[in-house]
Amino acid sequence: MLLNKLLEHKKKEIVKKWFEIIASTYPNDTAGFLKKEKDSFANPVGSTNIQGLGAVLDELINGPDRETITSFLDPIIRIRAVQKFTPSEAVSFTISLKKIIRDTLAREIVEQNLEKDILEFESKIDDLCLIAFDIFMGCREQIYKYKANHVKDRTLKLLQKADLLCEVPDMDSDITPRNF
Amino acid sequence: MVDVPKPEELIKVDNKPPAKGWMDVPPDISAGKYPYPAQPKSLKYLDLPNPRDWSPLDDDWQLPENWKEIVHEGLKERLDKYRSLKVFMDTCVRCGACADKCHFYIGSGDPKNMPVLRAELLRSIYRNDFTAAGKIMSLFPGGKRLAGARTLTKDIIKEWFSYFYQCSECRRCSVFCPYGIDTAEITMMGRELLNLLGINIHWIKDPVSNCFRTGNHLGIQPQNFKEIVEFFCEDIEEITGVTINPSFNRKGAEILFITPSGDAFADPGTYTFMGYLLLFEHIGLDYTFSTYASEGGNFGLFTSAEMMKRLNSKMYAEASRLGVKWILGGECGHMWRVINQYMDTMNGPADFLEMPVSPITGTKFENAASTKMVHIAEFTADLIRHNKLKLDPSRNDHLVVTYHDSCNPARAMGLFEEPRYVINNVCNNFYEMPESTIKENTFCCGSGSGLNTEEIMETRLQGGLPRANAVKHVHDKNGVNMLSCVCAIDRAVFPPLMDYWVPGVDVTGVHELVGNALVMEGEIERTTNLRFEPLGDTEGDSDE
Ligand code: SF4
Ligand code: SF4
Repeated sequence: MLLNKLLEHKKKEIVKKWFEIIASTYPNDTAGFLKKEKDSFANPVGSTNIQGLGAVLDELINGPDRETITSFLDPIIRIRAVQKFTPSEAVSFTISLKKIIRDTLAREIVEQNLEKDILEFESKIDDLCLIAFDIFMGCREQIYKYKANHVKDRTLKLLQKADLLCEVPDMDSDITPRNF
Repeated sequence: MVDVPKPEELIKVDNKPPAKGWMDVPPDISAGKYPYPAQPKSLKYLDLPNPRDWSPLDDDWQLPENWKEIVHEGLKERLDKYRSLKVFMDTCVRCGACADKCHFYIGSGDPKNMPVLRAELLRSIYRNDFTAAGKIMSLFPGGKRLAGARTLTKDIIKEWFSYFYQCSECRRCSVFCPYGIDTAEITMMGRELLNLLGINIHWIKDPVSNCFRTGNHLGIQPQNFKEIVEFFCEDIEEITGVTINPSFNRKGAEILFITPSGDAFADPGTYTFMGYLLLFEHIGLDYTFSTYASEGGNFGLFTSAEMMKRLNSKMYAEASRLGVKWILGGECGHMWRVINQYMDTMNGPADFLEMPVSPITGTKFENAASTKMVHIAEFTADLIRHNKLKLDPSRNDHLVVTYHDSCNPARAMGLFEEPRYVINNVCNNFYEMPESTIKENTFCCGSGSGLNTEEIMETRLQGGLPRANAVKHVHDKNGVNMLSCVCAIDRAVFPPLMDYWVPGVDVTGVHELVGNALVMEGEIERTTNLRFEPLGDTEGDSDE
């Protein structure tokens, strides 16, 4: 398909613009840092995003397979799920890809009459957004689980320690119900 | 052209933060973004000011009437007392070298988590109240701002609360500062000032008051402490067939052993505790536990110098009461900062104790000549070097291990090689994380300095991201499935951190690895490790 070829061709430019969008969701100083620092250990947020976005775009063009795309999108959303973003702020960058592609390929879309293909591609981006939301919710549930477990474990240990629990004792086989 | 809504119209989110100066951006103190405040009863127990029920969500934090004066006088007193504080306040040239080195900044992207800005929170008040430039500049409209000064307000107190509790006092930033400015110390001062107003957090004050009363963070009473250790001994007997009878409060023992109480009550620290017990039995060490100095951790460090001193003195009082020669300390993080950096000037020198000498190898620990307290990693490394331990590292063959340098042993005492030497002798598969993330450059777990409380889990996960990212690297590249460390806070906070960022990596103390590798005299054939997991089970390898 011609559109896919064009996307492949402009991939680098598109990913760069897409990354700009993500970076712009942070305060100015931070956006600069995310873009500038190339060492992935000094800048895990920047490097995770740039790698993830490239892989996601690849998969959108060539797939997309839901599982594969989830695995590429997950690290990006996982970071946003612990930062100060509302759910919509955390996933909205996926939708920005539509505008980026339309802007980047503006001339080609008209000249090559690609409107139908673009709409088709955009529905893949809609799916991407839904997947992003699923991942986001999964992450949030994980975080709530840690909070809940912490309280639960701690309380349980305290009760056990204070000898306040009267749990069912382990039973030998000769007193299992069958033998009564 | 088809009439479709523009993509950006589909979802209207303006995610560009306004470009404001840092002084104009208020802190986010909403549910989940702040640690719970301390209970009045803890403050009362510790004779701390302004005990009351309050919430950071309240508009009015019920500060004492003369709060401004208290802060001003408090800062003045500390500037006089600590030359370092004065130097740190005066010398920053805002070069920015520290700015992107803080794990909380890297993980959150919030500029006020840049160490330089964290310090400015206090420095701006210092400039205003204590420098001539600040005073002169304030005569002109807008001059204050130019001088980086501002007048203290109640909102600034709220800002301090928010950001001094988003610093884990890890000191990573100080490694990169050309002037050696230690923002951790500035945070400590900030927290001290907040304490003067009765602004403190539950997760620190509760352990501190418990520690003051029963000797440990959780309030474990002597008989319970003894029971817990005996319970470990029962497990050890079941696993190894070896009977261990440790002593408690035994006068005349050669060595007093002190470890964080986290090892006594929280998995996986408990397995590390079992490792200590096995090691001491293996070498026939003449040691005892104190049921009062039953805590190596010292959350006083996260409160004030005074509180740190009070809690630290307990260990030495017990050493003196029991008449031991010296103290052996377990795998704790911040305890070692207290010992190595502050103990000597606070409660030392501990002249009533003797120069620590290993009774097994005869090695003199001259580095501990004044504090008389030796780190167990040094002690064990020395044993191994003198060939005093019978080890079977293959028992740890199902593990692919990496090592996290806990901030305090690494940056506050330079303990880099000993734990690695021990690990390399007790297991066969060890891989380092990248150089820029270990040793003096180590990334904090994100939950140090009393921040390991669950209500700020998001903040902790942000702060732990750079560390987890480096673990992920060795997990993906070398199949690392076990993160080892020598800190009880690490052992408590890494499990959820790993589960979130790098599933498939478990957490262990170094002496758990030792305990599993030790071949004890008269032991039965081991079929499980100290966690009661079958030996030779490769589950750990394949759950990625
Ligand atoms: S001490 Fe650690 S947590 Fe605090 S500002 Fe410096 S790097 Fe950040
Ligand atoms: S590195 Fe030192 S001098 Fe430079 S901004 Fe940071 S604290 Fe200031």
